Amino acid sequence: MIKRKALTAFTLICLLIGIVLTGCSSEGSSGDGSASGGKIHLKFMHDWPKGSSPAYFNLVNEIIKDFEAKHKNVKIDVEVLNPDQYRDKIKVLAASNELPDVGLTWSNGFAEPFATGGQFTPLNDIINKDFKDQFVPGTVESYTFDGKSYALPMEMNITYIFYNKEIFKKYHIDVPKTFDELKQAGEVLKKNRVIPATVGSKDGWPASMWFMYLADRIGGPTILTDVINGKVKMTDPAIVKAAQEVQNLVDDGFFVKGNTAFSNDEAKGYFLNEKAAMFLTATWELPNFTTSPDTSKAFKEKVGYFKFPLYEGGKGTDINSYVGGPGLGAFVAENSKHKDVAKDFAAYLVKEWGKRSVEKAGILPATKVNTNGLNVHPMYLDVLKDINEASNVTTWFDTQASPNVSELHHDMMTALFGKQVTPEEFAQKQADALAKEAKK
Amino acid sequence: MKTVMSRKSVIALYVLPSLILVLILIYIPIVLSGYYGLTDWNGVGKMKFIGLDNYITLIHDKLFWTSTWHSILLGLFSVLSLIGYLIVSLILASKLKGSNLLRKIYIIPMLLSSVAIAQLWVKIYDPNNGMINSILTSLGVEHTPLWLADPKIALYAIFLPIVWQYAGFYIIILYAALINVPEELIEAARIDGANAFQIAYKIKIPLISGVLKVLVILAVVGSLKYFDLIYVMTGGGPGHASEVMASYMYKEAFGKFNFGYGSAIGFGLLVISMAATWLIQKFLKTKSDD
Repeated sequence: MIKRKALTAFTLICLLIGIVLTGCSSEGSSGDGSASGGKIHLKFMHDWPKGSSPAYFNLVNEIIKDFEAKHKNVKIDVEVLNPDQYRDKIKVLAASNELPDVGLTWSNGFAEPFATGGQFTPLNDIINKDFKDQFVPGTVESYTFDGKSYALPMEMNITYIFYNKEIFKKYHIDVPKTFDELKQAGEVLKKNRVIPATVGSKDGWPASMWFMYLADRIGGPTILTDVINGKVKMTDPAIVKAAQEVQNLVDDGFFVKGNTAFSNDEAKGYFLNEKAAMFLTATWELPNFTTSPDTSKAFKEKVGYFKFPLYEGGKGTDINSYVGGPGLGAFVAENSKHKDVAKDFAAYLVKEWGKRSVEKAGILPATKVNTNGLNVHPMYLDVLKDINEASNVTTWFDTQASPNVSELHHDMMTALFGKQVTPEEFAQKQADALAKEAKK
Repeated sequence: MKTVMSRKSVIALYVLPSLILVLILIYIPIVLSGYYGLTDWNGVGKMKFIGLDNYITLIHDKLFWTSTWHSILLGLFSVLSLIGYLIVSLILASKLKGSNLLRKIYIIPMLLSSVAIAQLWVKIYDPNNGMINSILTSLGVEHTPLWLADPKIALYAIFLPIVWQYAGFYIIILYAALINVPEELIEAARIDGANAFQIAYKIKIPLISGVLKVLVILAVVGSLKYFDLIYVMTGGGPGHASEVMASYMYKEAFGKFNFGYGSAIGFGLLVISMAATWLIQKFLKTKSDD
């Protein structure tokens, strides 16, 4: 209420200062561009702030420094935002044709409007020249529209159930191989007043991981992708059954109480504080469970992971089928003034990232990793081995879907966990949205 | 004649800078967002003009009206809370010992950023180890409420911190208005034998009615476009149970890339806010006229 006024006042003051300052600075900046030794300034934006992701931040800075050392005439100007702000700002920048020369983008539905809207430049030439057979299969495809690839993937994540080994041992629970065993494990934990699993279903996407795996196990590994491509309807009995099983778990008290009000981070807290025994999440959490100085050593030793159990009678019979996908990729802006240099930088960044990220930041890159002589926590070696042996990685449903359907999916997931919709309504509403989109 | 003309141009010269700023920052964006509402636009690519389609969808959009109802509820709640603020301010203004200190205490929530307040209250409401439920459990309540996770109470659970957040602001304004009530009037009333309640009801409140009117408008309009705490605490959830107009607009525009439809919602919000302001002004005017 008062904020609006204060904000207006603040903007006015900023504007006035801006007007005064432009008088001084316009001369300065034009001199900068051409006169100062002809240095090329590249703008680079990423969303790994020092505070929340120090390992990423430092690694990026290290790579930038190396690049600048190799290319004396280039200066990289970095802008760092936190992910939510980044998500919004990049849309605003694109709307005014002011994207940074190089930046990061999420895959599929997020990247599509930028790519087809002519904001990103196709990078097929670099991919063919510098990255032949170097990306994990299925990653580049997530940034490919109409045969052109618009970003160099930097991350590859798959999803596991992480669990607290000590709690499991204390109550003599074996790692569940089937969904029934998982439910039984939940019963034992509940009896002993331990929360079986934590999930931040307010955000939708963490909740969706449970749904996606059940859909994969019940309906087979291709079902979600088929739904997106219109080959299978969202109202398919297998999907409805998956949603039903999710809600059964909710009814059984399998998940932490009040999860529809928890963000992913809040839910994670229950796992880190050992209040909950299981946490279904992706491998981007690995640093927190292995190397991060923020988690206690004692806790790190207790964390293990297992693959999502199989569903009796389901079509998905391979436990090596995962739900996962690429995270961020590097793009080059179509109207960058120094496109070639920008492309060089993007390629260098992704290449070096692939070489150093596992060791230095604990991130699994989308480029293939040579595990020989790799000095990392054994959990990484296990995960890298799993990725190599994976029979299928289904890209997250919400990532594959358009922003419109994705947002609806998140809403519906929260509603499913909050028991505000039945599994049938859950499927029907999304089917309607998908059908509406297909018509367009 | 000449002097008048020159004065006019001088006046224009002085008015012009702020006029331009107001135009650029407020009126032009309003017109533009009204126009964007006529297009199918994902914020990046080309705009497609689709006439009144978005506005027609808006009128039939149940979710929009639900969120409007939630915003109106928040407005009612804020106006009702003004009564509480008025009572507190009356007490503070009555030369209570330590009222200076209390005033400062009340203003503290206003100094905190909305996000900090939201985080604070999320922790307080946590259904498993939050403050409220811990107290309830220790009192022997078995089925403690889920607060923000319960669609039936999430909205009201957020109202509380919102009211708490702005308490200081309203109390300060009311307090300032109350201490400006002339002392002679109160003294005269006291000599005539009026008690404290009568002085408050018959003298102080009528004298600050102008300020009260402004506060009612501020509270209602502020509530209609309210966003911060709701966005951080529940994000409009669970399942739109605490969705308000502004959060719905944000989700459409920035979540779903529907900048066209988002703009239409924004324009709807503007129309509703203006209508509310007009209604309140009309309502309060007739009352003070007779």
